[in-house]
Amino acid sequence: MYDGGKVITGLIIGVILLALPLWWNLGAEEKKLDIKLPKKEKKCVEANMRPNHMQVLDLWRDSVVRTANRYYINENGRKFEMSLQKTCMSENCHARKTEFCDQCHDYTAVEPYCWDCHIPPKEPKETM
Amino acid sequence: MGVDRRKFLKIAGISALGVAAKPAASVFAKDMGSFTPSETILHLFDKPLGFAPGQALTATRWAMVVNVKAVDEEIANACQAACHKIHNVPDIENPKHEIKWIWSDNYENVFTDQEHELIMDDLKELPFLSLCNHCYDPPCVRVCPTKATFKRETDGIVVMDMHRCIGCRFCMAACPYGSRSFNWVDPREYINEEEQNMDYPTRMKGVVEKCNFCAELLAEGRIPRCVEVAQELSREKGKEPALVFGDLDDPDSEVRKLLRSRYSLRRKPTLGTNPNVYYIV
Amino acid sequence: MLEKALVGGRKYWIWMACLLVVMGVGFVMWLWQLSYGLGITGMSRDVSWGVYIANFTFLVGVAAAAVMVVTPYYIHHYKVFGRITILAEFLGVAAVTMCLLFIIADLGNPFRALNVLLHPTPNSILFWDMVVLNGYLFLNIFVGWNVLTAERKSVPPPRWIKPFIYISIPWAVSIHTVTAFLYAGLPGRHFWLTAIMAARFLASAFAAGPALLIIFCLIVRKNTRFDPGNQPIRTLSGIVTYAMCLNVFFFLLEVFTGFYSNIPGHMHTIEYLFAGLHGHNALVPWMWTATFFAAASLILLLVPATRRKDDTLVVACICVFIATWIDKGVGLVLGGFVPNPLHHITEYRATVPEIFITLAIWATGFFILSALYKVAITVKEEQQQA
Repeated sequence: MYDGGKVITGLIIGVILLALPLWWNLGAEEKKLDIKLPKKEKKCVEANMRPNHMQVLDLWRDSVVRTANRYYINENGRKFEMSLQKTCMSENCHARKTEFCDQCHDYTAVEPYCWDCHIPPKEPKETM
Repeated sequence: MGVDRRKFLKIAGISALGVAAKPAASVFAKDMGSFTPSETILHLFDKPLGFAPGQALTATRWAMVVNVKAVDEEIANACQAACHKIHNVPDIENPKHEIKWIWSDNYENVFTDQEHELIMDDLKELPFLSLCNHCYDPPCVRVCPTKATFKRETDGIVVMDMHRCIGCRFCMAACPYGSRSFNWVDPREYINEEEQNMDYPTRMKGVVEKCNFCAELLAEGRIPRCVEVAQELSREKGKEPALVFGDLDDPDSEVRKLLRSRYSLRRKPTLGTNPNVYYIV
Repeated sequence: MLEKALVGGRKYWIWMACLLVVMGVGFVMWLWQLSYGLGITGMSRDVSWGVYIANFTFLVGVAAAAVMVVTPYYIHHYKVFGRITILAEFLGVAAVTMCLLFIIADLGNPFRALNVLLHPTPNSILFWDMVVLNGYLFLNIFVGWNVLTAERKSVPPPRWIKPFIYISIPWAVSIHTVTAFLYAGLPGRHFWLTAIMAARFLASAFAAGPALLIIFCLIVRKNTRFDPGNQPIRTLSGIVTYAMCLNVFFFLLEVFTGFYSNIPGHMHTIEYLFAGLHGHNALVPWMWTATFFAAASLILLLVPATRRKDDTLVVACICVFIATWIDKGVGLVLGGFVPNPLHHITEYRATVPEIFITLAIWATGFFILSALYKVAITVKEEQQQA
């Protein structure tokens, strides 16, 4: 092929760069996620929350804002007020953003902008 | 190479389209309440909706009556302070970037089509509360390209969906009353962290906001904060309630009773917006 | 054919490099705007649209002006315009692209722009604006490219292109009518609430667009081996003359309605623009400058001697462009917000970042225009030699 040397070299560099996420952290210590689940509540609000929580929040939001339907009964018959600040982040549930939400989000480098508007609960400062 | 460049690009383009269009054959539409068609499609995979709380105050046409003579400086300021506090409205000094949901102004500014030089002395000095009128035919709703602002079918409140607003500010141009504010900067810096209401979000830069008739309080069975504060202060002063809130479609509501017996004004009535905030003089 | 834009002399590359520098600076400023918010502009709670939307409004007009060349050529078989239809269509492409960029720059949440497609709202004029602008962009690229390809191959354009060309004619009128409707349907803004808004927009567009096209034709004649010819320029100057006369006439109609009826709502903004209102007079020098340029342009255009000579014609076209830009951009858009709905006055002044972003978008438009013109003119030069 024309310019074969340049093409092959370029391809090799390209593959190395594209595979960066795979080899960059080779040999590094595996980070352990330290997710603190709610102490009192044992069942999630919905099934499969880990993959589905964005869809749940999305639907909750549209339901509350656009149709004024604020209450919701899940599969297990429990009633919830659909509110991120008042329900999801309440004292009985996922009260600490840094100990719950951020654990997975930081690890996967996901930056949801919920917190630009929604106020996370105040967390007590770490004592020295 | 058997394929020339043109053919390759055509094939690549069609393949990309094919991969992007996931088959949705196994999904069926659930009851999506009063979602629009596009919202229904976007929530095709999701579960049915919730329901309204039992303790909520309900109406089909919420309205407010401002008893002009009963509103004095103290009540006007208290209404604004209370509203701005529970909704985490930032306090921005630069008047260009100011955000206000309810405020007071002079008669000739609030009623631009009614004013003249020889207004009675009583009215000249009075503060007139100005807020979103939650019009029955709101021009802001008509112009919003994403339905980020919309009139709720259930109760007639003109609501802002902060998640959908693209910040085009067409609604601000359309509102004949200047009721809307835009977040020109990040509002968090202008909100006192100690005093913020943890039950209500703030907004982020780039969205429009305005009075929402305290929809979240109505859901809890409470009346709007400004009305609450105004009525409390009026009681203390031994005056008629400065603000009254109720359902225009209920002939026995407080607002209807007041409107039946007193002369009332609305702002810019000739524009066809049909405001739901009345002023009894 | 796009590879023709990658071959050029020194002047071409220096020009493109300068444009890229301006685009780069503006892009950085836009990133700053993204992070700080639209507060870095001069817009305010009262004047919620500023120089971005002003330029957008003006450029929709320039884009629509392509129809002034396409219609005579394709509908009335005015062969003379055959040499420049591609220049008009490519001007349309560059102008509409600038419009779309100005809208993106003006959005508070540009990354949510897809919401307009995800949640179509037929009652919103802005939705239709998006539809017609993107449609027009597609039409001009599609038609222009195909016709140029045919020319390059020395064959007549394919027959199936005809319906698209015919559609582009009312479509061009629609883009500017819809943009006018953005303003003309708002009940609270008396300066804009007038039926003649769409007509004013079109008249102003058909003056500014062809004026710009004349200037481009003369630049092309001077710098390349392709000569659009004297006839197209003569005819275009006639179109500019009529359109500018109508434009000024329509404006004077507004002045009459406002001042003869003595209705304050109809007078206030005109007073603010030309004399100042309650001490606020930031736009007065602008408007009188526009008036001066408009008058100068009319004199130069109406007098046959100055209209027929290229150098005075260029001055006239520049005057038209400046006058219409100020009148439509600065006067119309900013004026509509003064006084505000509560009869308070807040004035507007563009800030430095805002100006840089604006210049960058203009540079982007010129960049696209230059590249497309390079392609078109190279094709025409090659055809001439053949």
